[in-house]
Amino acid sequence: MSGTHAETVAYVADTQYDPEPAPSSSTGPIAWMRESLFSSWTNAGLTILCIALIAWIVPAILEWAVFQSVWNAKSLSECREIIATRFGEGAHGACWAVINERFGQLLYGFYPADLRWRPDTAALLLVVALVPILFRTMRPLVYAMAGLIAVKVVFAIAWTLMGDDGMDFLLSPTTFVALVVGGLAFVFGSEAVKSKWLYFTLAYPLIAYFLLWGGLIFEPVRSSLFGGFLLTMIIGVTGIAGSLPIGILLALGRQSRLPVLKMVCVTFIEFIRGVPLITLLFVASTLLNYFLPPGTNFDLILRVLIMVTLFASAYMAEVVRGGLAALPRGQYEAADTLGLTYWQGMRLIILPQALKISIPGIVNTFIGLFKDTTLVAVIGLLDPLGLTNPIRSDANWNGIVWELYGFIALLFFICCWSMSRYSMLLEKRLRASDRR
Amino acid sequence: MANVAHSEASVPPAVMEVSDEIAIDISGMNKWYGDFHVLKNIDLTVYKGERIVVCGPSGSGKSTLIRCINALEKHQKGKIVVDGIELTSDLKKIDEIRRDVGMVFQHFNLFPHLTILENCTLAPIWVKKMPKKEANEIAMTYLSRVKIPEQANKYPGQLSGGQQQRVAIARALCMSPNVMLFDEPTSALDPEMIKEVLDVMVDLAQTGMTMICVTHEMGFARQVANRVVFMDQGQIVESNAPEPFFTNPQHERTKLFLSQILAH
Repeated sequence: MSGTHAETVAYVADTQYDPEPAPSSSTGPIAWMRESLFSSWTNAGLTILCIALIAWIVPAILEWAVFQSVWNAKSLSECREIIATRFGEGAHGACWAVINERFGQLLYGFYPADLRWRPDTAALLLVVALVPILFRTMRPLVYAMAGLIAVKVVFAIAWTLMGDDGMDFLLSPTTFVALVVGGLAFVFGSEAVKSKWLYFTLAYPLIAYFLLWGGLIFEPVRSSLFGGFLLTMIIGVTGIAGSLPIGILLALGRQSRLPVLKMVCVTFIEFIRGVPLITLLFVASTLLNYFLPPGTNFDLILRVLIMVTLFASAYMAEVVRGGLAALPRGQYEAADTLGLTYWQGMRLIILPQALKISIPGIVNTFIGLFKDTTLVAVIGLLDPLGLTNPIRSDANWNGIVWELYGFIALLFFICCWSMSRYSMLLEKRLRASDRR
Repeated sequence: MANVAHSEASVPPAVMEVSDEIAIDISGMNKWYGDFHVLKNIDLTVYKGERIVVCGPSGSGKSTLIRCINALEKHQKGKIVVDGIELTSDLKKIDEIRRDVGMVFQHFNLFPHLTILENCTLAPIWVKKMPKKEANEIAMTYLSRVKIPEQANKYPGQLSGGQQQRVAIARALCMSPNVMLFDEPTSALDPEMIKEVLDVMVDLAQTGMTMICVTHEMGFARQVANRVVFMDQGQIVESNAPEPFFTNPQHERTKLFLSQILAH
């Protein structure tokens, strides 16, 4: 009867229990396996089945893609001969030689080889422009540039040892830009001065335009030579960067109390969403010429950029509208009662919260847009998919399928997967500072 | 009535004097939601330093009434004048009035993505263009007055309901308003936390702040109000000083209401 005072009250606690650790059978890897993999006979069976499947498939894929693959050959038939002599008759191996030979084309299209340092530099500066938006300090830029230079050094040494000219590769303009930018980020990279880097981000579109199209001090390059992954990046990045702000404005316009503004926004969104992207691309490539004054030569890629951006904006507007609608009315009212103007309230109170809610949808739209860039192949632009046809109709590579599409798929997967991972990181970071 | 007498003794009457300057003047004000007539011919004059408690059954229009004062709701007929500025659809005047009138909501409506301190300094910095350092100092003063300066760097989600409501009061005070509106500030709180919020409101009343409170806390009404307004079905039914209002209600509807809320 210790702890109770039976005569006066039913029960009164007279000590506070000390917290104890959870039983060891409910924590640790063994408990995790028991709970997640073998919780019942059915689950145990499924687990074993899946392990067996993985054990069967993964070695086969590795054998094809890595162990029995060929990197140096002049044609598909040469590849097959090499595989047959090395691994025996009937062996299946990947012929990566096609990627090896057409690597430059798949990345840059027909961009002049001696000017390819310009798209390289533009890509590098894109990283510089993105880091201040995506991260809290400039530290990631230092790591990225250090990593890039390290990789370049390793490749340069390897190529020099193999008898190629590796020094040329190391002493390219991108290395110097990387050194300068990485150094600047190392010295001026703290959270306090990070915002200054955003001025560069603002100027980036112009810088990238002159690097890619030429002009000013650079030799002009016709945009019909653009192609490969370069084209994917130009369209994807412009679409992503343009669609978010335009989408936000459209979403706000759709919520507006001004009837004309609201009607314009609703009409735009519903029209664009109701039409396939291919149709808009055909309009950009052919129909638009009829509306422009005769003789004007409006760059086809710029026309495509505008169409893709507008298309993505309409989707973005609806995603952002979902976020705006999810906010409690009290947030709008609190912003109003404090005397904030409409734009102050939106910028400081409403949008930070609404966009946070919308992150999964926004990134979803970004990824969809990035993959939709392959549709430009239909109007004759040579993005990676558009390049597969000329490559496959080359007599040397006639019949190649898996290697080419697999490589392109890998490029896209890396980009889309990074976006997805970053968005998860961002959500986690924002959640940490905002526990409701 | 013993506890009422005690509470009144704790409040020095000299501080709670009412001036004869008008803070808010509402005359012949009407409002409709669609066809539904929510507010009917409201006449209410509030003098500087007055503490007015508005009570009444739910749906009687009391929240709508105070939300009309800072234009969260638009009135369709009649006149509302706040500190000499008439409330029209002119956005500039609405903003001017909102800067002058603080509001505290039932559900706090703190900004969850900002820290407590940022919640308090946001409006002074952006609306009053105050330097950040000065805004921080003012915010800390008010957070000390509502007795939670140590929470300044936390986020609203990490605070209890009572603490959040006190932050909401501090946030409104940081704009140094002339009038404070309270829309059922304790209705969403656990019983244990109601007192900490009411204590802050009593303190505020003692500084001479003009206050209009929609509340069902009759103890608070007795202690600090100098007028109690009873509303039913969109109109003011009875308005009187708290002592006669509670001991000698005139209107049948008031008697019924008081018997119901004071019974338990």
